[in-house]
Amino acid sequence: MRPFTLTGGRTRPSRADFTLITTVTAVDPPPEHGPRPQPEQTRILRLCARPVVVAELAAHLDLPVSVVVILLCDLLEAGRITVRQPRPVSGSPDPNLLQKVRDGLGRL
Amino acid sequence: MAGSDTAAPAVPAPDAVKILIAGGFGVGKTTMVGSVSEIAPLRTEEPLTAAGLDVDDLDGIEDKKATTVALDFGRITIGDDLVLYLFGTPGQQRFWFMWNDLALGALGAVVLVDVRRPRTSFAAIDFFERRGIPFVVGVNGFHGEHPYPPEEIREALSLPADVPVLLCDARERASCRDVLIALVDRRIAAAGRVP
Repeated sequence: MRPFTLTGGRTRPSRADFTLITTVTAVDPPPEHGPRPQPEQTRILRLCARPVVVAELAAHLDLPVSVVVILLCDLLEAGRITVRQPRPVSGSPDPNLLQKVRDGLGRL
Repeated sequence: MAGSDTAAPAVPAPDAVKILIAGGFGVGKTTMVGSVSEIAPLRTEEPLTAAGLDVDDLDGIEDKKATTVALDFGRITIGDDLVLYLFGTPGQQRFWFMWNDLALGALGAVVLVDVRRPRTSFAAIDFFERRGIPFVVGVNGFHGEHPYPPEEIREALSLPADVPVLLCDARERASCRDVLIALVDRRIAAAGRVP
C-alpha cells in the first residue's frame, strides 16, 4: 500500500507540533465518543500505550515520519493521545538539565 | 501549541532531548550511534517528495532509485524522567534540507571527521557554524589509528579555538561517550557565561 493512501491523500500535517522527539502517549481509557480508529492508528495506539517518541513510532511502524505525523494529528484531534514537547535547549537551557545529561553520559 | 500536555497520562512521559551525529558520507555516524545506544539503531526513511523536494531537484541525481532519505537513531535513557536521542544526519549534501528540521531543538552536534579524508566533513562544520549550533569535532581514526594530533586536524579544518577536537574510535563506547560529554561540557560552560 502506498503510504499516503493511509492518510486520505493528505501529504501535510495539520499541526506542526510533532517533532522527531515529541513524546506521544495513548489516552487510557479512550474517550467514549469518537470515530473508530483505522488499523494503522490502532497499531499506533498499541505502540504508545507507554510514552514513545515520534521517530521511534515511525521506525516500528516502518512508515515515513511525515505519514505518522498525519495519523497522529487525527488521533490528537480525536482525544486518543496526549503529546509532550521536547525540552527547549537552544539559547540558555536549564543548567540542571545539562548537568543531568552530563551525569547520565558519565554512567555509560 | 494546541493539544499539548492535555490530560495527564497514566505513565508520565519523560523529557526528550537530542544530539546530532553529523559528518561526511561513510564517516561512521551510525557506528557511533550504535556504540552508545541502549537499543540497536533504528531507521526511518522519508520519501523525498513528502519532505517537500521539487521534482526538478531530482534532476542530476545519479541514482534515481534513491528517492528516500534514511535517518538512523539511537537512545540513551538518562533516568526515569529524561531520555537522550542520537540522530545520525544524512551524509549526502543533497539531503541537507532535512537538516534544518533535525537541527531544530538539538542540544548540539558531534561532527565526525574521517582522519583519511577530513575535508568531507567540512560542509557539516560549516552548517553548524553558520547556524550557531554548538558542536564538537570527533576525529574517527581508521582502525582506531590516529596519525595526526588534534591540533593538525584543527588547522586543516580551520576550526576556531573554542571548538573541542577529540580523537576517537566510533566503534568504542567509552570513546564515543567522551565525545558526547565534551559537547555537553561545552554547553554547560557556555550556560555559565550567560547571566
